[in-house]
Amino acid sequence: MNPFEDQPPSVEFDGVGFRYGRGPEILQDLRFTLQPGSFHFLSGPSGAGKTTLIRLMLLAVRPTRGLMRLFGADAGRLAGPALTATRRRMGVVFQDFRLLDHLTLYQNVALPLVVQGYEEATFRGEVLELLQWVGLDREAGTLPPTLSGGEKQRAAIARALIAKPQLILADEPTGNVDPAMARRLLHLFVELNRFGTSVVIATHDVALMDQVEASRLILADGRVYVDP
Amino acid sequence: MTRPHHPQDEPRARAPIQAFGHPGRLVPSEGGAERSLAAVIAILTFLAALVAGAAEIGLTTAASWQQALGREATIQVRPAPGRDLEADTERGAAIARATPGILSVRKVPAAEAARLLEPWLGTGADLSDLPVPRLVALALDPGRRPDLPGLAERLRAAVPPATLDTHQAWMERLSRVAVAGGALAAAIVGLVLLASAGATAFATRGVLAGHREVVEVLHLAGAEDRFVARLFARRFARLGLGGAVAGATAAGLLMLALGSLPARFGPDNDGIQGLFGAVSLGWRGYGAIAAVMLLQGVVAGQVAAAAVKRFLKATS
Repeated sequence: MNPFEDQPPSVEFDGVGFRYGRGPEILQDLRFTLQPGSFHFLSGPSGAGKTTLIRLMLLAVRPTRGLMRLFGADAGRLAGPALTATRRRMGVVFQDFRLLDHLTLYQNVALPLVVQGYEEATFRGEVLELLQWVGLDREAGTLPPTLSGGEKQRAAIARALIAKPQLILADEPTGNVDPAMARRLLHLFVELNRFGTSVVIATHDVALMDQVEASRLILADGRVYVDP
Repeated sequence: MTRPHHPQDEPRARAPIQAFGHPGRLVPSEGGAERSLAAVIAILTFLAALVAGAAEIGLTTAASWQQALGREATIQVRPAPGRDLEADTERGAAIARATPGILSVRKVPAAEAARLLEPWLGTGADLSDLPVPRLVALALDPGRRPDLPGLAERLRAAVPPATLDTHQAWMERLSRVAVAGGALAAAIVGLVLLASAGATAFATRGVLAGHREVVEVLHLAGAEDRFVARLFARRFARLGLGGAVAGATAAGLLMLALGSLPARFGPDNDGIQGLFGAVSLGWRGYGAIAAVMLLQGVVAGQVAAAAVKRFLKATS
């Protein structure tokens, strides 16, 4: 029995196109569906638009044409509290980490819970446990500028996971870590997926993709091809 | 083969984990820009508070002058050919005494009237050949205003060379000057508030533009617009209020110092004190300064909140 039978797709693209301003359309006629609890790799050459596609799904930018649905809701109409509620169902790992340099790693990881109004007493242990899991428990009180790229990346992953999102969008999440840590992080994503979280990982790393049986979304020439 | 050395391999001292504390920490401090804004608001508040304080002194002085003038009236008896000046003066004083609402009637001695002319004629001038009028000073009962037009009418009938001066023209002119002064002060305070609002909006937009990425991270982490708006608006309201408190305190202290100046230079100084009495603010004056301070804080908070909302709308 499919536990997600009654749930709408996490992501649904139907003829979606996107352009920045009056520039050329960099994503064209995208059609794909990501079911709840599914695992996907998003691949394609540099500059193919992987990051833009992630930003579309994150609602950081909106489609310039076509229909995009997130958790069954028309993303074009999302605004105010509904937009925030949808964003809270997603966790994101940015390629450039986007950690806030004036906050410690602990505070960065706790950020999604703080902005959602949780009291610190309710999440402190959980944040420290997650930091321990990504091997950053000793650095919990450290500011990001003093950390290596790999450490920042692991902190960014911890921040994306802390609020237990239904959909994780990760842009090159293993790009700055050694192969052993990459395997460990991938295992973390797989574990989360096993508990029902949909996962989309944008990556170039073929070896990484070979480690998990997952469908691949391949971006090329502004279009997406699904390799089930 | 040995693994290449990497700084990550160095055991790192465990840094203490700070509690999250106030959500205001989510936005990094813009030291220079924020200090500049607080300084601008402090200076503007100082100027506005001085204007408000000075206006309050002016209005209070005008009111006390009006009150004093309203308690007095003067009968002026001009010498007339074929008439006895002294008898006319006595008759005028008697009519005044018989009028209800007049507390006292005093014939101003000729020598005292001559002293009033000293600024124009010099001391020791012989006034016997000049048609110097005689004056009768009337003290009016403020609780029971006498019928001054009736008195003027009776004087005109009984003592034709006598006229009644109620100081009405002076009081009206004083009242107009006081109202104009108050309006000017209010306009200046309004302009200063407008300038503060402009400075706050400009600084808020600058800080927001500098923190565009922080705002995006907060949004994508699930922050609502109003949460982000509150973070910035509270910070700028605090800055505005801080600057306003500093400026208003400085203005209050300056007023206090000016109030002590006449005492310092002796009770006989006839400069500012001669004109205004003492340059001291009453509780209403300090109230006006406090009101300017609070208005500045409120304006800074509201303008910052509006600027943040506009920014968030534009970026989302």
